[in-house]
Amino acid sequence: MNEDAIVSISNLAFGYADRIIHKRINMDFHRGKVVAIMGGSGCGKTTILRLIGGQIKPHGGEVRVDGKIVHQQSQKGIYDLRRKMGMLFQHGALFSDLSVYENVAFPIREHTNLNESVIKDLVLMKLNAVGLRGAYKLMPTELSGGMARRVALARAIALDPDIIMYDEPFAGLDPISMGVICDLIRSLNDALGATSIIVTHDVAETFAFADYIYFLADGVVAAQGSPDELKKSKLPFVKQFIHSQKDGPVPFHMEANKYADDLGLRQ
Amino acid sequence: MILFFEKIGFSLRQKITRLGAAARLFFSILTYTPENFKRFRLTIKEIYATGVLSLVIIVVSAFFVGMVLGLQGYYTLQKYGSSEAIGVLVALALVRELGPVVTALLFAGRAGTAITAEIGLMKATEQLSAMEMMAVSPIARIVAPRFWAGIITMPLLASIFSMVGVLGGYVVAVPLIGVDEGAFWSQMQANVDFQFDIVNGFIKSLVFGIACTIIALFEGYDAPPTAEGVSRATTRTVVTSSLAVLGLDFILTSFMLTV
Repeated sequence: MNEDAIVSISNLAFGYADRIIHKRINMDFHRGKVVAIMGGSGCGKTTILRLIGGQIKPHGGEVRVDGKIVHQQSQKGIYDLRRKMGMLFQHGALFSDLSVYENVAFPIREHTNLNESVIKDLVLMKLNAVGLRGAYKLMPTELSGGMARRVALARAIALDPDIIMYDEPFAGLDPISMGVICDLIRSLNDALGATSIIVTHDVAETFAFADYIYFLADGVVAAQGSPDELKKSKLPFVKQFIHSQKDGPVPFHMEANKYADDLGLRQ
Repeated sequence: MILFFEKIGFSLRQKITRLGAAARLFFSILTYTPENFKRFRLTIKEIYATGVLSLVIIVVSAFFVGMVLGLQGYYTLQKYGSSEAIGVLVALALVRELGPVVTALLFAGRAGTAITAEIGLMKATEQLSAMEMMAVSPIARIVAPRFWAGIITMPLLASIFSMVGVLGGYVVAVPLIGVDEGAFWSQMQANVDFQFDIVNGFIKSLVFGIACTIIALFEGYDAPPTAEGVSRATTRTVVTSSLAVLGLDFILTSFMLTV
């Protein structure tokens, strides 16, 4: 394990009943860095975030957060670790019965005994950081997808976490919102001195601002490096992914019977 | 043939697994109870959602049930020349049986489905996961307050149901049919026993409250996070709660009449 890494994954194996997802994964996430985990849909990127958060247990290997092995912690231990983490879910996951203000105030109210005026200042500061101070009275249903995600980001950083995890932060956003989120991830990471872990498959955005990138394929880390190193990579998988070629090491067709047999053309 | 038994075994095992999961949820709710009572305002909010918002359907149904009881009761009783006993009949039927049972059935349809759909959708939209990742237990924050709200609400709703039902019976029997008002109330007062009738009715509604609420909560918490999953869970809440209420009613009544 690397001493400087706030999150360290070693020899991780995980799968569901009928499907192996991770065979043997090693990753380190260094303090202050923006690290992206990339790979095709269904390769277990989001599962890694859930393993880091202790929502599921690995079948082999371990995930360490701040030096502690996550799956060996008690419920309280896991909750203590999670207080150092903030997570942005793919669709924001804002509490639909609470206003924007109350959503951001939620973790502060749950974990501190601060009085209302301090909470108000904190909430407005966080909302200001994502540019949505003006939306504090709105309900989540009144927000656009991009705005909802920015509010969720304000909520994720409400307690100034050491680790911020993003699950597909760019999925389904228009180019302007995408740019806004990119800038926010970088600027919040640097302002808070946090470590950001981003799960995504958007190549252009990620290569523009990430410090380090891991490529997942077939349950292992297929490639890793800084964006510049990966751009020069000769690995077929990386080339296919970066240049969005539809066929390559990752086949276009899912495994199936012979086409002619399925169409009944052969007796 | 073997396939047939396999299917039966599989579905039986699934049902037992779900029962076990529901029991686990029940016990984890109980472990969060002290915390829940420390932050009672969360429960009060849920009492409003499950109780106060169910009042309209409870009051209107109770009034009609009481009126029908008055009509049917009078029709039968007057054959035997004891139409003054209508007050007793209405009150006993409501306090002992109809109050707790019909309230529980309406509760399952109105509040139970709302609880299941709400929790199921919170799960489907990752709100419960988000809460967990914020180191806040969804069972403490979402499930336990709804559970206690259900238990507190059900006996209150059942007693309101019985009261309004008696009023409905009164409206039909006294002003409309012309049964003697004094006989209506005095017979009721003399023949409804606090311990045997009212307390037993209260115990029933308490048990139904626990059953309906835990079923609604579990179905929501266990629902597959899809539109279809939530809709099925909501249906199951109504079906399971109704059957549980009617089954438990028989068991409780047989104990209460024997003891």
